[in-house]
Amino acid sequence: MSDEQITIEVDGQSLKANKGQMLIEVTDANNIHVPRFCYHKKLTVAANCRMCLVEVEKMPKPLPACATPVMDGMKVKTRSAIAVDAQKSIMEFLLINHPLDCPICDQGGECELQDMAMGYGGDVSRYQEKKRVVKDKNIGPLIQTDLTRCIHCTRCVRFGEEVAGLREIGATGRGENMEIGTYIEKSVRSEMSGNIIDLCPVGALTSKPFRYTARTWELIQKEGIAPHDSVGSNIHLHIKGDRVKRVVPASNEAINEVWLSDRDRFSYEGIYSDDRLQVPMIKTEGVWKELDWETALTFAKDRLSDIIAAHGAEQIGFLAAPSATTEELYLLQKFARGLGTDNIDGRLRQVDFSDQDSVPQFPWLGKSIAGIETVQSAFLIGSHVRKEQPIINHRLRKAALKGAAIMLLNPIAYDYNYPIAEKRIVAPGQMAMELAAVLKVLLASSTQSIDDQIQQCINNATVSDAHKKIAKRLLEADNAIILLGNIATAHPQFSSLRALAGLLAKYSHAQFGYLSEAANSAGVWLAGAVPHRTAGGKKNSQTGMDANKMLQAKLRAYMLMGVEPELDCWDSRAARTAMQEAELVIALTAYRSDEIENYADVMLPISVFAETAGTYINNEGNSQSFTGVVPPLGEARPAWKILRVLGNMFELNGFDYQSVEQVYNEVRQQIGDIKTDNMDRWQLPATIESNATGLQRITEIPMNMIDPLCRRATALQQTKDVADGAVHINATLAANNKLDNADNAEVMQDEKSVIMKVIIDDRVPDNCVLIQSAHPAQIDLGAAFGLIKIAKA
Amino acid sequence: MLNKIKNYISSLFLWELLKGLRLTGRYMFKRKITVQYPEEKTPQSHRFRGLHALRRYPNGEERCIACKLCEAVCPAVAITIESEGRDDGSRRTTKYDIDLTKCIFCGFCEESCPVDSIVETRIFEYHGEQRGDLLMTKSRLLEIGDLYEKQVAEDRAKDALYR
Repeated sequence: MSDEQITIEVDGQSLKANKGQMLIEVTDANNIHVPRFCYHKKLTVAANCRMCLVEVEKMPKPLPACATPVMDGMKVKTRSAIAVDAQKSIMEFLLINHPLDCPICDQGGECELQDMAMGYGGDVSRYQEKKRVVKDKNIGPLIQTDLTRCIHCTRCVRFGEEVAGLREIGATGRGENMEIGTYIEKSVRSEMSGNIIDLCPVGALTSKPFRYTARTWELIQKEGIAPHDSVGSNIHLHIKGDRVKRVVPASNEAINEVWLSDRDRFSYEGIYSDDRLQVPMIKTEGVWKELDWETALTFAKDRLSDIIAAHGAEQIGFLAAPSATTEELYLLQKFARGLGTDNIDGRLRQVDFSDQDSVPQFPWLGKSIAGIETVQSAFLIGSHVRKEQPIINHRLRKAALKGAAIMLLNPIAYDYNYPIAEKRIVAPGQMAMELAAVLKVLLASSTQSIDDQIQQCINNATVSDAHKKIAKRLLEADNAIILLGNIATAHPQFSSLRALAGLLAKYSHAQFGYLSEAANSAGVWLAGAVPHRTAGGKKNSQTGMDANKMLQAKLRAYMLMGVEPELDCWDSRAARTAMQEAELVIALTAYRSDEIENYADVMLPISVFAETAGTYINNEGNSQSFTGVVPPLGEARPAWKILRVLGNMFELNGFDYQSVEQVYNEVRQQIGDIKTDNMDRWQLPATIESNATGLQRITEIPMNMIDPLCRRATALQQTKDVADGAVHINATLAANNKLDNADNAEVMQDEKSVIMKVIIDDRVPDNCVLIQSAHPAQIDLGAAFGLIKIAKA
Repeated sequence: MLNKIKNYISSLFLWELLKGLRLTGRYMFKRKITVQYPEEKTPQSHRFRGLHALRRYPNGEERCIACKLCEAVCPAVAITIESEGRDDGSRRTTKYDIDLTKCIFCGFCEESCPVDSIVETRIFEYHGEQRGDLLMTKSRLLEIGDLYEKQVAEDRAKDALYR
């Protein structure tokens, strides 16, 4: 499209347009309604529904507005007799095979075909023959098909090809016999598949969990922010009565455009899980008792005071979920510090904190989210971005399709839905060495003087062609970015990876960023829920214990906020042991589980996503506030209110908040402008070691296991993106240990062993074992990375 | 002066009263129309809008498909429906309540029903002793439907000519 402006006339109105624009884009921009089914602004033009036919002067026949480029002086009539007649005829054709089951169709009330039929449909059907019937296909737990209703607009097919990057859905047959379906009867695996529900103009593709539970006109739409990844997708929550019935994307071009990942779309089911804790409970002599709030809080206060009196406040550890709101995190750290301890952390899946004093104020993406699609090359380190931050992956995909070179350094050969220019799949122990090798290439070509420490780090690295190519691609691009993913963050040598990646960025003039894990990973840092910094990233006079140290140290008391330590922490075994051996565990939790009931002493029900007001800060530093749109279930209360009361009970200063806005204003004042710089904020280790001995464990967090809410969303738990509790090894390792698929293997880590099913998975590199975290079967194994042994059971 | 005398005479002979009594007198000798309810009853139109009922198909399957059009159209907001998929995949109500204390018997629910499930029967003689007694639930509505199906079907057949 050129910038050349031309003038066209539509319905007698003279409009400015860019040359090469499609007619429908111009009419849409000027609020002139042209009916359409197949056209969608984010998809390519198919022009197969013919609903947008309009009359163009000097043309013998009406033309489709979605596929007609504008031309200077063009005169268009959208409401003339010829246009309306054409549109009405198309409508009659479309209705020939469309069933009249609107009363039971979930799309009823928000159906584009229904709306158009009101405007363009006839009142009597002339069609007497048999209607077509298409058998429904099962395409997984999220999407319900009713293919008889399909009008063949192919939006879903185009979405699969153009946006999801997976050609999973296609059309077979022609004309009346055309059917939409997966090529082979199977589930759709895309992490963004839910979007085809929104795209479908009729009720052929609808949401399975929502099916038949409400009609669209009963729903009230409220705004919200998605709580699962660091992108902060904008959402609309649809509410009936006091329940969230479904979640759909809200359009925000700067963040999620019009899309939403499946995790964000379907996780609302977890709100109404049977596991929800609805009343405060305390455990006395091993028996759980339901109580009113006042008694439960007094009990918690007394027990905490006892611990402080007997052992000091340093014996209390505070663990916060990084999906908590900024206000909650801020109040928790204020409470902890008010009691006299700095043992507070929200970085649960991290272990290497050695450089925490020199890192940026918060893990910043290094660029705006929208800016990601302009990069010419990107180097992802330890990231499964497709499942971890699907929206960012979509931006990267757009960049890749425009020719950007996307390169990877990962411990697992993940599937990507775009071409990967270079990839290095190595054991976790070698990742730092790989980066050193790329750095060596870069520095060899650099004219700058290199200080000795860097030289020492890269000395041992052996350079291969792949490293040279990666370095070349990074150097050549004017706009390159190096991104550290969730696996890198969890890596035992995170500080080395960070330093090397930073140096790579520095010497290749690339930008450097973090793809952080949870909705409020940035908020954890900015609210001061870290042991060494207070709100706003200011240096703390003393440093408390970090998340991992708190668990290893086996403190006397823990206070948890939205955390299930045995599933959410880096070392699951240490987490469980610490909780079990603690004298007091106060859990601010939305859910009860056998584990929590086993080790906790007080359970205080907190409200979850959609029930609480607060603010998330996403990885580009965008702070987005939202309100609670449904009342909390049962007696549950927002965590900030509970912390406010606890603060007042301990007579701490500054806990007299009236509203959540007050808390936010206070945090915001301390944070100031949210901006940071990722460059030169690392600490180079003395040497880089390559760790190649023995079998190495790799841990990934499956997309739908990331937090307690997802783990209880029924439909998401039926997808493939959940932990399988199996041990994944490649064929070579399996053969060496005489193991086969579905065999039982004995897996040993730090002298503990567990029996797990074997899955032969050739994405795993040699001498590595992949185990998915957040599965009960692997809690006993412990650390997310480390040495591991397997043998036939 | 003449008027004064005229008024005097007519009030003296209670002319206005007699004028009124003429009507009373006429009705005194006419045929009586009083219905001795409950022994006698007036005839009902087949379009009578009385107590609601939910109908079934002859094979015993309930007609209602939980489209909620009746709930949406009800001007008194007397209908409350909750729905979900049944195990066989069909759309069904789990709750269908009509609050008769709210209902104004306008018949819109019946008009809007795409499957002729909710109907208003000819029953008008019912009462409740407590407030909750007039809250019709799905099972009660279906029961009424089962009891009066013959009558309901006949009435709909009669009315079909005019639709």
